[in-house]
Amino acid sequence: MRLSSPNLTHNCLKIALFTLSLLLISLNVSTAQDAETAVDTAAAPEQAADSVNIAPLPASNIKAIDLPNDNGGAVFISWELSPDDDGNGKVSGYLVQRSESKDGPFETAGKAVRGATKFTDNKTNDDKIYFYKVEAYLEYLDAAGEKVRITSAATVTGPVQSSAQWFNMNRLYVLLFLLFVAGAIMFYIEKAKKGDEIYIRKIAGIDAVDEAVGRATEMGKKIFYIPGIQDMNDVQTIASIAILGRVAQMAAEYDTWLEVPVSKSMVLVTAREAMKEAYTKVGRPDALQDSQVHYLTDDQFGYAAAIDGMIVREKPATIFYMGAFFAESLILAETGNSVGAIQIAGTAMPAQLPFFVAACDYTLIGEELFAASAYLSREPRQLGSLKGQDMGKGLFILCIIVGVILATLNIWDMSVIFVSR
Amino acid sequence: MRRQIPILITTIAGLVFAISYFIPHDPFGESESIFGDWITIVQAFAVWLGALNLLKISFEKISNKTADWPYAAIIVVSLMGTLAIGFYDGYSGMAQDPQVSFRDPGTNFDWLYRFIYTPLSATMFSMLAFFVASASYRAFRARNVQATLLLIAGFFVMGGRVPLFDMMISPITDFPVFSWFADWIMTYPNTAGQRAIMIGIALGIMSSSLRIILGIERSHIGGGSG
Repeated sequence: MRLSSPNLTHNCLKIALFTLSLLLISLNVSTAQDAETAVDTAAAPEQAADSVNIAPLPASNIKAIDLPNDNGGAVFISWELSPDDDGNGKVSGYLVQRSESKDGPFETAGKAVRGATKFTDNKTNDDKIYFYKVEAYLEYLDAAGEKVRITSAATVTGPVQSSAQWFNMNRLYVLLFLLFVAGAIMFYIEKAKKGDEIYIRKIAGIDAVDEAVGRATEMGKKIFYIPGIQDMNDVQTIASIAILGRVAQMAAEYDTWLEVPVSKSMVLVTAREAMKEAYTKVGRPDALQDSQVHYLTDDQFGYAAAIDGMIVREKPATIFYMGAFFAESLILAETGNSVGAIQIAGTAMPAQLPFFVAACDYTLIGEELFAASAYLSREPRQLGSLKGQDMGKGLFILCIIVGVILATLNIWDMSVIFVSR
Repeated sequence: MRRQIPILITTIAGLVFAISYFIPHDPFGESESIFGDWITIVQAFAVWLGALNLLKISFEKISNKTADWPYAAIIVVSLMGTLAIGFYDGYSGMAQDPQVSFRDPGTNFDWLYRFIYTPLSATMFSMLAFFVASASYRAFRARNVQATLLLIAGFFVMGGRVPLFDMMISPITDFPVFSWFADWIMTYPNTAGQRAIMIGIALGIMSSSLRIILGIERSHIGGGSG
């Protein structure tokens, strides 16, 4: 329906009147709000004035001790809450004051929020003695908007001196566990050295290394070995280079081209040394070429892009992914899968394991990556270390069973053993 | 000697690191940060090794006209170009008042970073979404009992992460079956599995470290095993 001209005028008038009334209402509301705010503002100094003369009651039972299990330079101060610190706004926090003399002068070592009962002063000198006092304080704005602070009375505690400790007692149980596992590993290494048979379960992913290298040889194609994107200070990269040594020996024996693109300069040097050693061991040092181990880039996705390009162009028969991987894991593994390469992965990054399991033919899960080098070497001493590791696993299983029983019985005191700080 | 010295350094460094975890007193307390500084310094120098190796390999490919030599040419041009622009910006920035770093906003180097490097990285990262889809398709095919369990778990976890599935069954029950089951899978079976893997990894690292410290494992220093 089309609006006629008089109707339009009438409607416009209605809209204008409605808008005007809305404006008037909003003006009234804002005026009322302003008035309320003005009343609030006027009341504020009164409320502040009420609390001006009330200093909070002091904190009690103040103790200052050398912070335990540290490298020195720290004092731990604890106290019981001021009776006024009950959440009603009579206490804003606590001032921790420090002095080298009992009579002062004191300087502020730090502040703790209300409800806090401890503070660590990390700025002490081990050669000096200190005295501390803890003052509860109340802070508010006065009528002029200035911040005013009133503090409680406080007793001085001390003397205390910080010092470094020779053993972190919080880690005692870690040490005991470490000694147990290390002892078991040493025991089995010695046992293996004496010629005792060590049984190690079969690991499909490692057994497939031979097959994977053989396949590349039969097809006359390359093998790619990707040692992850972390540097040599990561134990996964070290494990990866150890496995590379074994793979390189097989590749050298079969005369198959093994290419190792790396993302870190130090890995480049180490991988090259491991390859050189492997090729020398099988009597073919001349077969190794410099271009087999080469640097690409430190950048995560630049590295992934470069390897993807190499995989698509050169279509290797076999790809190994061994080491620490992040988001690039699936990008690499899926590209390898798309060209039909046999892929063996191994990583101790739990978040990347599902990707490798989905995209690769075999995956070494967590500890298997670290066991791979020893497993491939078949050397008794290395296999002995794996057996010792299993003893540690046995201890863990025992602890889990005991823990479940204790938790079921609602006994929690023993859990302190498993807490390390 | 070529092997003994690296093994000795490895053993000493490994033992110092292990001891410093239990002894906070100096010199052990500071050793971790000291070694950390050394690693940073060595890594900084080692960058040149990588860059020179990249250039050497690329130049060889170009001069031998191997199959993929144009890619090698792109690498050389990109590397040298970025280096030149960075140096130019750094040099010209020194003459300005206040001085401008080559990494500051508005420089040519910054332009390269924002409009070439960042989109390229984002492109690579974005491809992950497609790869996740193709990998999931293969992983979730119910070929055997394990794959079927994975499929069921995946169905509930994915269904529980969006409100649509709970909404679809709301005419039958108000109880959020999908999100409850997804949370249960993630909290119990998934956490238990993850922890089992983590415990195995920790023991593997201990065993590996001991082999390296004792010099039984030497492959990483080009020495083969014991």
